[in-house]
Amino acid sequence: MSDRPIFLDNNSTTFPAPEAVEAVLPLFGENYANPSSTHSMGQSARHAIEVARENIAALLNCKGSELVFNSGATEGNNTAIYAALDGMPDRKHIITTRVEHSSVLEVIDYLADAGYRITQLNVDRLGHIDLDELKNEISGDTALVSIMWANNETGVINPINAAGDIAKQFGALMHVDAVQAVGKLKIDLKEELAIDYLTISGHKFHALKGAGALFVREGAPYLPLIRGGHHESGNRAGTENIMGIVAMGAGAKLAQQDKHIEPMKKLRDRLQGGLLAGCEDVVINGDQGDRLPNTTNIGFKYIDGEALLMMLDAEGIAVSAGSACKSGSMEPSHVLKAMNVPLSAIHGSVRFCVSRYTQEDEIDAAVERIVKVVKRLREMSPFGHEDKRETLDANQLAEHKAYFATAK
Amino acid sequence: MLTYSEKVKDHFINPRNVGVMGDASVVGEVGSMSTGQALKLYLRLNADEVIEAATFQVFGSPGAIAASSALTEMLKGKHIDDAARITSKDISEHLGGLPEEKMHTCTMSMEALEAAYARYRGIELEIEADEDEELNICRCFSVSEQKIERAIRDNNLASVEDITHFTKAGGGCTSCHPDLKQILQRVRADLPENKPKQEVKAGATGNMSNLEKMKAIQEVLDREVRPGLAMDGGDMELVDVVDNKVYVQLHGHCNSCASSSTTMKFFVEDRLKEMVDPEIQVIDTTEHSDELHAPPMR
Repeated sequence: MSDRPIFLDNNSTTFPAPEAVEAVLPLFGENYANPSSTHSMGQSARHAIEVARENIAALLNCKGSELVFNSGATEGNNTAIYAALDGMPDRKHIITTRVEHSSVLEVIDYLADAGYRITQLNVDRLGHIDLDELKNEISGDTALVSIMWANNETGVINPINAAGDIAKQFGALMHVDAVQAVGKLKIDLKEELAIDYLTISGHKFHALKGAGALFVREGAPYLPLIRGGHHESGNRAGTENIMGIVAMGAGAKLAQQDKHIEPMKKLRDRLQGGLLAGCEDVVINGDQGDRLPNTTNIGFKYIDGEALLMMLDAEGIAVSAGSACKSGSMEPSHVLKAMNVPLSAIHGSVRFCVSRYTQEDEIDAAVERIVKVVKRLREMSPFGHEDKRETLDANQLAEHKAYFATAK
Repeated sequence: MLTYSEKVKDHFINPRNVGVMGDASVVGEVGSMSTGQALKLYLRLNADEVIEAATFQVFGSPGAIAASSALTEMLKGKHIDDAARITSKDISEHLGGLPEEKMHTCTMSMEALEAAYARYRGIELEIEADEDEELNICRCFSVSEQKIERAIRDNNLASVEDITHFTKAGGGCTSCHPDLKQILQRVRADLPENKPKQEVKAGATGNMSNLEKMKAIQEVLDREVRPGLAMDGGDMELVDVVDNKVYVQLHGHCNSCASSSTTMKFFVEDRLKEMVDPEIQVIDTTEHSDELHAPPMR
């Protein structure tokens, strides 16, 4: 094992694959021209982009012409939502979920102010949406259903195909944020016919930050978010981020070989099993069945997630906490809140995500260090030992105990 | 993520004085699991009421761990009365400054110290509004109006965001933001610097007669102290001045809550020291309904 930090935060970003970096290098050298130029240097750059497009189309099983390259998932999600609404001017209702990424939720908030009626589907304690709720809420006024394929915090997978079918029955458009799915789940857009828009981001599958793609099914309404040139067939103006796009093509080629998925799952399970065996009072947030093969979200009772994160950082382990530090307090994750995870468990929740590059000895070292740090923080905590006084009221305590009883 | 100073990181990674103290003279406890942070502060005092040892147990963020650790360092060797004057700002300064967003961790440390002090002196703390959900302004983090008002006053807070940084209030669902705004306006309107000043020079009392001194003190009380108390249905009376000892008595609402006397004593003393004479000592002669000199707990 090398001395470099153990990176268990692979849902935030991933290690740029050597293949991706290698593919990009010529673009710093001889192949630097503007892909829009007519001369042969320009055409060589254009060619690099089109090869990447074909690789990504092959990964998603769609047509190259159905892909619009952009700056990443936030732009993709914005574009898809505005395009769908523009294509359905008579409909004023949008359905999404409570656990989407902020690049969907904040657009939806804005649209609510602009007069759209919004339904945010609930999730159950395991993080699943209820298709019956979708059936009850959807109507002929629904313009768009936007649901993420897999959740970035818990890894829980949504029934995209079934949700898409319901959307189609009512003539609504379907958008899927598939950022976390690429490279971890099979995506087949010839099978998943109900999907009209699908968002992907290069750096989540071992390419570079700053480039993504939006799949727009042939015939689905489209509206450019950025105007000012004929790039991407007029669908997205601005000189192409050729480095990002070429790297994304290389990442797509790697992702298509799915032989890395099983080993990734084994490592995730090894990590999770090691932590469950080594630490008492832990709980896994979210369903363990319908879950990304690389993700586990674990709540450690009696300790604070940020403290755990920072101590692990000092031990050379990179993870993310279930709370994000927003103005003054550790704002509990909206995903865990939507799942009704008790606050007492959210505070100590941490997300661990492996990648195809994670090594077994890294997992073993991580388990050892995490167990040590958890123990240390618990020894410091006034709760959990001694008189077992937890300063929770009776209801909170019952809720808390019931939740932690689901552990192991 | 926030960036912490090297000193904060050091206190966080290598916290001083962690653990239960079996022979503690007094213990101060604040916070709860549901609000995401809690601190238990153990103090051992010698016969002269000097703090010989301080330890802590904490549940909370890196800032909370560092602030608690720093506080125990600051307490050692201090007389309990001097220790009780440590403010959240002092703790933050000891750490070389905390990010604004984390000031609430210093507030918590200060509150644990206050709880220990009150317990040691046998003073019952004001109604623990935090424990009565109904009385809380911020339900997400169980923060009472009283706590918010105090943070605004002590730290001269100017915005709702500041309040969140110092108390956590308003950091969750944000539904209490209108209330916070109102409290902020009310308390700020009452801050001494926002009122017309009639400066009384500090240290100018050397040649004052006792009567002149009493007059100067009465002026400060009238201007700086009594209007604030009146808002809560209370009042303070100047009973006597002997040398540098200022005897006061609390009336109305303030009379029934003994802990306010501790807070008031420091507040009034600070104002008088600044405005009239640095040597002034305030003595509260109010007969509170609680036993003022109950023995320390535990």
